[in-house]
Amino acid sequence: MHPKILILKGVAFVLRYIFKRVLEMIPTLLIVSIIIFYFIHLIPGDPVRLVVGPDATSEEVSMIREEMGLNDPIFIQYMSYMQGILQGDLGKSLKTGLPVMEMFENRFKNSIYLTLFSIIWAFIIGIIIGTFSAVFKNKLPDNIGMLTAVSGISVPGFWLGLILIQFFSVQLGWLPTGGADSWKHFILPSIALGAGIMAMIARFTRSSLLETLGSDFIRTARAKGLREMIVIPKHALRNSMVSVVTITGLQFGFLLGGSVVVETVFSFPGMGRLLIDSIAFRDYPVIQALLLLFSIQFIVVNLIVDILYSFLNPKIRTISS
Amino acid sequence: MGVLKEEVINETTINKSQYSPIKEFWKNWKRQKVAFSASLFVLLLIIIAFVGPYITPYDPYEPNYNSILQGPSSSHLAGTDEYGRDIFSRLIYGTRISLSVSFISVFFGAVVGTILGLISGFFGGFLDRIIMRSSDVMFAFPDIILAIAIIAILGPGLVNVVIAIAVFTVPSFARLIRGATLEVKETVFVEAARSMGAKKTRIIYKHIFPETFSSLMVFFTMRIGTAILAAASLSFLGLGASPGTPDWGAMLTMGRDYLGTSSHVVIMPGIAIFLTVLAFNLVGDGLRDVLDPKTKNH
Repeated sequence: MHPKILILKGVAFVLRYIFKRVLEMIPTLLIVSIIIFYFIHLIPGDPVRLVVGPDATSEEVSMIREEMGLNDPIFIQYMSYMQGILQGDLGKSLKTGLPVMEMFENRFKNSIYLTLFSIIWAFIIGIIIGTFSAVFKNKLPDNIGMLTAVSGISVPGFWLGLILIQFFSVQLGWLPTGGADSWKHFILPSIALGAGIMAMIARFTRSSLLETLGSDFIRTARAKGLREMIVIPKHALRNSMVSVVTITGLQFGFLLGGSVVVETVFSFPGMGRLLIDSIAFRDYPVIQALLLLFSIQFIVVNLIVDILYSFLNPKIRTISS
Repeated sequence: MGVLKEEVINETTINKSQYSPIKEFWKNWKRQKVAFSASLFVLLLIIIAFVGPYITPYDPYEPNYNSILQGPSSSHLAGTDEYGRDIFSRLIYGTRISLSVSFISVFFGAVVGTILGLISGFFGGFLDRIIMRSSDVMFAFPDIILAIAIIAILGPGLVNVVIAIAVFTVPSFARLIRGATLEVKETVFVEAARSMGAKKTRIIYKHIFPETFSSLMVFFTMRIGTAILAAASLSFLGLGASPGTPDWGAMLTMGRDYLGTSSHVVIMPGIAIFLTVLAFNLVGDGLRDVLDPKTKNH
């Protein structure tokens, strides 16, 4: 067959695979949205009272209740909520009266940047530490690397954040203690947030690389007389990359959860801190939208990881060509 | 365990009377120097958790306004907090809270998860699909976010922290045990039991569950560390222990305001959390190397 046709066939295969995975995602998303919707209705407290305040008469309360559609059966409420979401309407905050969508704009951007910075440095440093540990197995660099890694997993992110603030902001005055106005504001929070992931990536890179280094094709490459400087990054590391990328993606949820805590420590205007503030105020529409958004993010990232995996995994690539 | 089993056969044919899995484990365990020391530390923590209230130098609740926010000294090993309470005594008290919260929550999560995993793996079909679908849905929420949502409904407090952590622990145990069950189900000895007409519940209890036990132990230990961190995070966010409680996470929240002037208020509880979680993780790593060498690279 002509090579061009082969490539086209491969692309079609991948697209079909992606399409299938996206379709599979829909039922999970629906169930998640229903659960969140019921969840919110289980939170004790009356949202109407929050809107009208304690001095309102009972007529006012029932009027607002009717207006907010809270007298409808819960199924109808769910349907109209979903209809709103499809039109980009997530409701209004009970606390500020602003549309939830508007409140999300900047915060979402901030949180995404924070997450990306964290995962990027964690990925790079994690792979470097993991590689050194694997190459110098059971020697000093390995011991230091793995000690760092297990410490990174064990350290509470918020505590690390507090210590970083104390050292770099309070004592040295190099970096701001909180906010998100410039790139400097992102440094400390992303260190605190990424430490755990970095550690996991380092551990995983090490074990995955050790496995690869023992395999036949590495022995062949070495037997050909290739230098270690070429064998390690070009042959071994590339081969381990598939599983490292997968594990990084799977840790994404850990990052989303961690962001709630780290954003609180750094008074960082992001989605995580908004969740905590909204729970304190029982701002139902905001809590609901946030929970939905967190789970969608998580599901979508897992999907992307799956697709990436299928791209990187030579076995699946062969099938497609 | 599979590897261990082969060893059992070899050993028993050579010398029947001397082999004991516990002795074998002990021999291997002592060789894991780091994990061995970590397990001694865990043991110490457990003892402290039990006898803590009898050995504290000061009353952890008693304020002393003459010695507020003092740094570590010979009379106050870890200094005092903003009410003049002895931080070292509070840390000792906190050991009991941290260990019991994490142990109880992981225990309940593990029991429910293991039962679901065994059912899912052994019976397959419709039950399997239902259980795995539900755990997929639960996996759609990051752990801490799920815990926060549960606490938003139940209200703050340590009991609800235990419930929240137990809930998000269930699906990961269910998956682990389901995988192990699927593997064991196909082995010859289960086939033999089945052909002898053993009841399904008996096969699960007597043959499959024991085979999954080592992975269970490893995962359980690892999850204790996760649970301690989660509980501390929730308390730090004001969703767990109430502010006056000598809980490590709550102590950190209170100490936050004094970070600039008396950093020991924050550093000490953090070190307690860090060392405890580190010890459990190291023991978990060691257990994995000894009990479950198969999963070492996963």
